[in-house]
Parts: sequence; C-alpha cells; structure tokens
Amino acid sequence: MKTILTLLVLLTTVTFAQNAESKGYDIGDIATDFKLTNIDGNTVSLSNFKDAKGFIVVFTCNTCPYAVAYEDRIEALNKKYAKKGFPVIAIMPNNVQTKPGDSMEAMQKRAKEKGFTFPYLMDSDQSIFPKYGATKTPHVYVLESTDRGPVVEYIGAIDDNYKDAALVKTKYVENAVDALLSGVDFEVHKTKAIGCSIKL
Amino acid sequence: MKYLFVFVILFSVSCKSEKKGTVELEVLDFNGFTHYLEFNDSKTYVVNFWATWCAPCVKELPHFEMLQSKYKDSVEVILVSLDFPHQYDTKLVPFIQKHDLKSKIVVLDDPDMNSWIPKVDPQWDGAIPVTLIYNTSKRLFYSRTFSYQELEAELKTFLL
Repeated sequence: MKTILTLLVLLTTVTFAQNAESKGYDIGDIATDFKLTNIDGNTVSLSNFKDAKGFIVVFTCNTCPYAVAYEDRIEALNKKYAKKGFPVIAIMPNNVQTKPGDSMEAMQKRAKEKGFTFPYLMDSDQSIFPKYGATKTPHVYVLESTDRGPVVEYIGAIDDNYKDAALVKTKYVENAVDALLSGVDFEVHKTKAIGCSIKL
Repeated sequence: MKYLFVFVILFSVSCKSEKKGTVELEVLDFNGFTHYLEFNDSKTYVVNFWATWCAPCVKELPHFEMLQSKYKDSVEVILVSLDFPHQYDTKLVPFIQKHDLKSKIVVLDDPDMNSWIPKVDPQWDGAIPVTLIYNTSKRLFYSRTFSYQELEAELKTFLL
C-alpha cells in the first residue's frame, strides 16, 4: 500500500512538472536565446543578428505533412522579411532517433532541394522547444527585439489555410510582422492549428 | 476498374460522402461536424482526433477499437480523421480496410483551423492525438495518448 501511495505521489509530481514545463511562453514574455547547430555546421544564436528588429522563429521539420505544406511559405516569409529586419529562424525539434527522416543529413538534403535561405537549426538536446512551449510542427513564434531582449509578440500558425496558399484569407504571421515593423498594434497574437506533435 | 460514387447531399453543400469499395467516408467541414460533439442522450461518446500520418495516434487506435467492442451498448467511439484530402484514397481508405476499423469514422476537412480548434476545447493547441469524452453529465478533454487500461479507467469515471 505504501509503495502504491509513493508511486502515486511520484506520478502526480511528474505530471505537474510536465505541465509546468510545457506551458512555455505567452505574449509579452522574453524569449530565450539559444546556440544551435545549423545545417552548414555553424552554430546560430539570435544575438548573431545584431541589426534584427525581430525574428520569425519556426519550429518545423521534414517529416510532418503540415510542415511540408508550409515549406514554400516559410521560405517566402524569409525572402520578404529578412531584408526588412525579421529573418526566419527554423528549428527542428524532433528526436531523430524517433524520426530518422529529420536527421541533420536529411535536413541538409531537404534545405538544398527546397533552396532554403534561412538557418535550419537542430534542437539536438531538445532543450529549446520546451522553453518556448512549442508542441507541434509547424509552430511559429514572432519575436520583437527590445532592450529587454526578444519579446514574444505572436504564437501560432502562419496563415488560415494549410491546404492551399491561394485560398488564404488571413496571413497571421505577415500581419503581425507588418504591424511590428510599422509600430502599430495588431489584433491576432495567438492562433491554433493542427500539427504533428513534437517527437520525444 | 474502380467505381466512385459521389452522393451529393442537397441539404448541405459542405457535406459530401464518397463510397469506395466497402468504405464510405463521411467528409465534413466543422459546421457539419459539430453535432458529433453535442449528442444529448444516454450514451457516453469517446471522440478521438487522429490521422494516418500521426504515429502516436495510429499506435493508440486499437485501444479505442477494443473499447468500442467491449462497451457496445453504452458507448460510441467516434474516430475523427484529420487526414489530408489528397490522401483519402491513397492512405486513409486503405488504412481503414487494412485494420478493419469497426468504430464510427468521420473525416474533418476544414482548413480554417483557428476558427474551430478552440470550439472543440479551449485547451487544445492543435497537436494530435487528442480525445474528448462526454455524456450528459460530464465532459473532459484529453491532450494525451492512452493505453487500453488508461482509456478504460477514464471511461469508467463517466459510467458511474
């Protein structure tokens, strides 16, 4: 009986700990910087981008069909906004033991095939995505550079139609970044979308 | 030679059914689907959101099937597929046939996900699998996977 009780207490503790950890950032929080390996072998941190007005951080991968559906749109975001001071930083959060299709080699291959112009980093020890609170791919965090650090301004989906870019009515990420660039308030700071759970 | 029967339901342009072999898919947008979340009778409904591309979903599907077969009279399991429309014929239908799924299957196809995910449950962030269990006296949303034992234990709290 005592053992069972101890086990129960332990289980409860573990459950609470997981909940606390998986909450991640809310709008207005300061996002952590990181030092992650890029597909070119170099490490990349937010602090490398001295002149960035902000960042479009995208947790994404090779193997999730939703992430694949958004690949071209992620590249288009970087093409449009890197030069305006909001580069895309893509981070692959999956455990590659569980998802060999997301290995560094596979990431390099995919980036080459698709001609990615943004850093495609690997969260190799899976320590960064829980801090952000990312739960799935793709999962976007728009950050604005401030004196206090990068402030989370938007969390969620890229737009409102994963199936067909031509049928998109609301471009959530573009609206957020455009508003931040022109220093005006914007309405939608958080959206939800179906995605593939990050593989542990 | 394959035959594809498309039944156009005149009452709703958003609702369509496709029959292929022995599997008839009920494909709905969220408006067409919501009634599956709102049954108001003596049964307990176990609504699982899954997709053939989601490995943890596929792993726990047999547990929902087993639950349905064991609790035929008091429980209705509804498996809500979030598969991609272009994979209905190539992935979803073959999967249903191969695993001979017996539970009720509906296919939710509504790309404006931010508009309907919070209506299923405000806690849902969009990752799958998730499961909603409800009856007239209780309603709980689970953002987790289940072993059969866990699922049955959870169900029993609804059948008290």
